[in-house]
Amino acid sequence: MISPARSWREAPQRYRLEAAKCTGCGRVCYPPRVVCPSCRGRDFEHVVLPREGNVVTHTVVRVPPQGFVEQSPLTIALVQLKDGTRLMVQMADVADPETVHAGMPVRLEFRRINSDGEAGVIYYGHKAVPA
Amino acid sequence: MRDVAIIGVGMIPWGELWEKPLRTIWAEAAVAALEDAGVDTVDLITVGCMSPGLFVGQEHLASMVADQIGMAGVPAARVESACASGGLALRNGFAEVASGLADLVLVTGVEKMTDVDGADATFALGTAADQEYEGFHGITFPGLYAMMARVHMARHGTTVRQMAAVAAKNHANGLLNPNAQYHLKVTVDDVLASTMVADPLHLLDCSPITDGAAALVLAPVDRARDLAGGRPVVKITGSGMATDSIALADREDLGRLRAVQLAAERAYAMAGRKPSDIHVAEVHDCFSIAEIMVTEELGFFPPGEGGPAAENGLTALGGRIPVNPSGGLKSKGHPVGATGVAQVAEIVTQLRGEAGQRQVQGASIGLAQNMGGSGGSSIVHILEVAS
Repeated sequence: MISPARSWREAPQRYRLEAAKCTGCGRVCYPPRVVCPSCRGRDFEHVVLPREGNVVTHTVVRVPPQGFVEQSPLTIALVQLKDGTRLMVQMADVADPETVHAGMPVRLEFRRINSDGEAGVIYYGHKAVPA
Repeated sequence: MRDVAIIGVGMIPWGELWEKPLRTIWAEAAVAALEDAGVDTVDLITVGCMSPGLFVGQEHLASMVADQIGMAGVPAARVESACASGGLALRNGFAEVASGLADLVLVTGVEKMTDVDGADATFALGTAADQEYEGFHGITFPGLYAMMARVHMARHGTTVRQMAAVAAKNHANGLLNPNAQYHLKVTVDDVLASTMVADPLHLLDCSPITDGAAALVLAPVDRARDLAGGRPVVKITGSGMATDSIALADREDLGRLRAVQLAAERAYAMAGRKPSDIHVAEVHDCFSIAEIMVTEELGFFPPGEGGPAAENGLTALGGRIPVNPSGGLKSKGHPVGATGVAQVAEIVTQLRGEAGQRQVQGASIGLAQNMGGSGGSSIVHILEVAS
């Protein structure tokens, strides 16, 4: 169960890939942070992540966690976007997980991630699809 | 700082201990350590436990367990650093004795994991990863280590057979440890034939769900000499801890475990030792790839040589640097909060020359490395027989 407050709070990152770029060193933080982990700067500008990137590493989760049983097996990748930002996402539209590999070009698309049971809140976010 | 010794060790058989609650397994290990030390009171109790709230629905744990051994009134604190909670409990106890704040400290670790089903246990363990930006997308702990394994394989040519060799070796050692959860002979082919959990990790590359506890008693070295009764006095000569981003996306290099490297560097510096001085090590093999990466970060082998070292028997009993003579997390079991304490209990037992069939001959300097989550924290201790 994810609370309504949390769903609402996370919407800018989940739905719109909003991030914060350190005005001191240019590091992009996704999600936004108070302090830049690279230079400890505290001034950020609002940015939106690019949608294109490449797989850095991946796995196929065959023993899924709670709530993901019906989607199993899950192909999950760590993706590096064109601006250097990395994020963890599910892969979608991949018929054969064996075709996923490091360096594979991908694009982030808005997709359904999960839901709280039959009648609960539906969580949306982004998944990576082959570019 | 005062020199600190470990004067008591308490281990109990680990496994799926359905007949015993957390408080009982904790008390059995605590009492065993106090008896081994020959003391009946302490100035402080530290308790390493990752998630009693999620596993058994109990918080305020330290006060509760102190009372279980008739020590209500004694200061007691639970500490948490995910699967490195036990190592942190020792480090905090070490600091109290070294500083003179306490003389005798009972250091304990415990986790009761089988009162919840597999899905709930997976969820509880998953809270050691970044829940909002990793767990949200369905990743699991085997999945996180699988991602690191792929990077290591691509960079160094590490193979699934080398990873399987780690599991086979640790199960062979566990056959010699009466307290181990699993007494099973496991071959490399057995590992590769087991169910795939998260490619490229098979079920037998993964440590199990375990109920267990372990305990140690610390004292200043002078007091330890009085209580030793002819047994070797084992000192803590180095203690190092480090943290890293818990989300893999925030790490610069996924083929490294920087927290392990930093913690080791700090422990070696405090002890005035180097990797080649170590005779025996217990390391955090939560997944087979973890042992390979950790033995490289500890400096036992150059980057990329951890896999071949395991495959060629360099880390086996009788090898150049025996790693996980206890059977490791793989065979001994992995009650997450207890693991870091049990690793040190094994090293003390080895340095005392009391490890029976799994004894590393002539071992007088040992190392224990404990890891939180996917490497977001690590704690390294170096132990030596006092001259």
